[in-house]
Amino acid sequence: MERKILHSVTGLFNTPDEIIKAAKEVNKAGYKKFDIHTPYPVHGLEKAMKLQRSPLGYFAFVLGATGAALALFFMWWTMSVAYPNNIGGKPFFSLPAFIPVTFEVTVLLASVGTVISMIVIFFKFPNNSHPLHDTDYMKAVSTDKYGLCIESNDPNFNLEKVKNFFSSIGAYNITEIYWDNEELNTKKVIFEPKFVIGLISIAIITSGITYYLLNKLMFMEPFSWMMKQQKLSAQAMTTFFQDGFSMREPVVGTVARGFKPYPYPADSVILAENNLINPLEYTEENLNAGKAKYNTFCSPCHDYHGTGQARLNGQFPNPPSLHSDRARNWKDGHIYHVITMGQNTMPAYNKQLSEKERWQIVLYVRALQRALNAKEEDLQ
Amino acid sequence: MSTTTDIVYEPSVIEGKPALAKVDADIIKPMNELPNKKFLIAISFTLTLLLIGAASLAYTFYRGVGVWGNNNPVGWAFDIVNFVFWVGIGHAGTLISAILFLFRQKWRTGIARFAEAMTIFAVMTAGLFPALHTGRPWLDGYLLPYPNQHSLWVNFTSPLLWDVFAVSTYFTVSLIFWYIGLVPDFATMRDKIVNNSVVNKIKKTIYSVLSLGWRFSNRHWSHYEMMYLVLAGFATPLVLSVHTIVSFDFAVSILPGWHTTIFPPYFVAGAVFSGFAMVQNALIIIRKVYDLEYIITLDTLEKMNKIIIVTGMMVGYAYAMEFFIAWYSGHDAELFAFINRAFGPYAWSYWIMVSCNVISPQFFWFKKLRRNIPFMFIIAVFVNVGMWFERFVITVTSLSRDFLPTNWDYYVPTIFDFGLLLGSFGFFFTLLLIFTRTMPVVSIAEVKAVAEGSQPAHHGLGHKEAH
Repeated sequence: MERKILHSVTGLFNTPDEIIKAAKEVNKAGYKKFDIHTPYPVHGLEKAMKLQRSPLGYFAFVLGATGAALALFFMWWTMSVAYPNNIGGKPFFSLPAFIPVTFEVTVLLASVGTVISMIVIFFKFPNNSHPLHDTDYMKAVSTDKYGLCIESNDPNFNLEKVKNFFSSIGAYNITEIYWDNEELNTKKVIFEPKFVIGLISIAIITSGITYYLLNKLMFMEPFSWMMKQQKLSAQAMTTFFQDGFSMREPVVGTVARGFKPYPYPADSVILAENNLINPLEYTEENLNAGKAKYNTFCSPCHDYHGTGQARLNGQFPNPPSLHSDRARNWKDGHIYHVITMGQNTMPAYNKQLSEKERWQIVLYVRALQRALNAKEEDLQ
Repeated sequence: MSTTTDIVYEPSVIEGKPALAKVDADIIKPMNELPNKKFLIAISFTLTLLLIGAASLAYTFYRGVGVWGNNNPVGWAFDIVNFVFWVGIGHAGTLISAILFLFRQKWRTGIARFAEAMTIFAVMTAGLFPALHTGRPWLDGYLLPYPNQHSLWVNFTSPLLWDVFAVSTYFTVSLIFWYIGLVPDFATMRDKIVNNSVVNKIKKTIYSVLSLGWRFSNRHWSHYEMMYLVLAGFATPLVLSVHTIVSFDFAVSILPGWHTTIFPPYFVAGAVFSGFAMVQNALIIIRKVYDLEYIITLDTLEKMNKIIIVTGMMVGYAYAMEFFIAWYSGHDAELFAFINRAFGPYAWSYWIMVSCNVISPQFFWFKKLRRNIPFMFIIAVFVNVGMWFERFVITVTSLSRDFLPTNWDYYVPTIFDFGLLLGSFGFFFTLLLIFTRTMPVVSIAEVKAVAEGSQPAHHGLGHKEAH
């Protein structure tokens, strides 16, 4: 059998008074690596053992302050930067309304953080393989005895001397505690293939279940029943109306709000050119609005600069350049008519663009034409 | 408390002078025995209630929340009433474990663990209701601010969201407070188990894992006590904030009867009131069933009765003050809301509330009644009923008659509402019964620390040693 490694020597006492005396004695004898085990915190022991005041209060303060700062920052970022919403006219950063959540997050982070740092940093828990576990000594101090334990890695440690010291202060059941060789030689479970494979399979199963729940189950009955409603969908067939259509046509002669009839048929472009005058001025606002609409509706075919070599090149026939002499010599009304009614393969845009927007585009097209064919006076 | 002499006499926290080993043995006993007949009867009763709740819930899931009695003006009814009621029940536990700890009230030791467990189970029960109330509880994940595919965030200015944060924080902190208190007791239980059978081996493994390897080291105890103090310091404002925020759900709206600034303190007092009544009810049974009369003493119960009468008076004061302010505000809708409460179609619920909450605790002025166990049990039941009705009165009567008479409607609960209410009691008490058989219902370490002769004589604490 291998030799066992000594961990410590332990002894028991019967009353709290004795253990306080023992703590003072052990300090006097100069031992540093000792510990006292009691079934509950005994008042005055900290002083007798000369322990320092626990710094956990500072931990709590720092963690709490972090929680408050994080919560405020997060709310500011979500509510005023990432997705600002106007909620009842409140300001995007409304501090009074953020106080409750800030408070809760402060308490949450401080409490959970303090407890976890106590367990992990100060206690180095969880640790169920300490040599003191499962000894008669531990069973006695967990019930009603008060125990002293001097560890073998103390600089002054000498087995005989320590045992004599224990007897001299009146301890009984003086026992030596050894490390468990089996536990000392155990490899860390975390590197075993069994454990790693287990971990990976748990990850796969969890993500599989999550995927199933969120992407499949939610769309099955009865979870999807809200989709079934007593209403008609726009494109669906119905037996309710005689013609079978769900969508109804407006009453004959209905006119949309703001609708103005356009008096010129598609083929009477000369008439339009001669009669239509651009009601808008060349202002920055009009040009910017025209540019925005031009870039959205016209640029796919005509290109951002009107060259006709655009990103839909090849999918549609290329339109002629807007910088040709012919196009430059058109009056505003001609361009307006083309936008409104369409021309050749170009469709009509009177549904997508309002009257004003069409005129704004005309202004912008004029500006584009002028940019490539500037006149002498523009240089000044 | 004796008044005949001028010596301040602190009644012993624990009666007699038990050997510390007896404390262990008595507290751990229920965990090592097979359940007796009383326990089986109790748990079959609570499981029946739970089953009724489960059936109502299943039908609610199947058909949707339309099976509840909620109608157009009364969109908040039993679901929210039960939520507020159960969150309130939880408050007594934190008050006992944190606030009384800060005030160095040693009589709390016998009841603290149990009350904390009640807090956790009550908050769990409470949490069910807002989750169900959303109608599609499987989508409740959207209540939390997480980066989702819609790039949308929750509305941090809404009281309902504050509620999500308050209740979840409250639950987490209570759980951690409770667990960290249990760690030394789990270690005691780990050391008590004789490793002689498979069952005991499993038990020992479970208790070892839960105890984290606690060694009763005084180097640890000193950090532990500091941490307990810090946690109590955080839990105290937290418990006050939780019911304050719950009351904001009502008070921040503009509905007459809800829109009052008295709500936060009034709700907190009510919560402590109902919570103590519930703790009282449960403890009276527990101490009898598990023979813990010398730990959960009559003196402790009497002190709890005193808290019940104090908080009961606060609640009564709030009822009166609401009426006064309604009149003093000179606001017609406000005045109408309160007259309607007392004399309108829901007058019956209002007078149940007043008689249970204001009148019944007044009996505790008499010392004889305060120390009469069957009597205090009955009063505590009355208080619980009254506090449930208080939430009903606040929620339903205000909603059923708001500004416009065209909106008015009368709310009648359906059997599914009652089923869920019964189910919530079943859920709560089933958890509580399981708790009494799996974990120490009284904090072993704390009780030992306050038992006579357990602290060094020269380090005299309390008044006993002084004379």
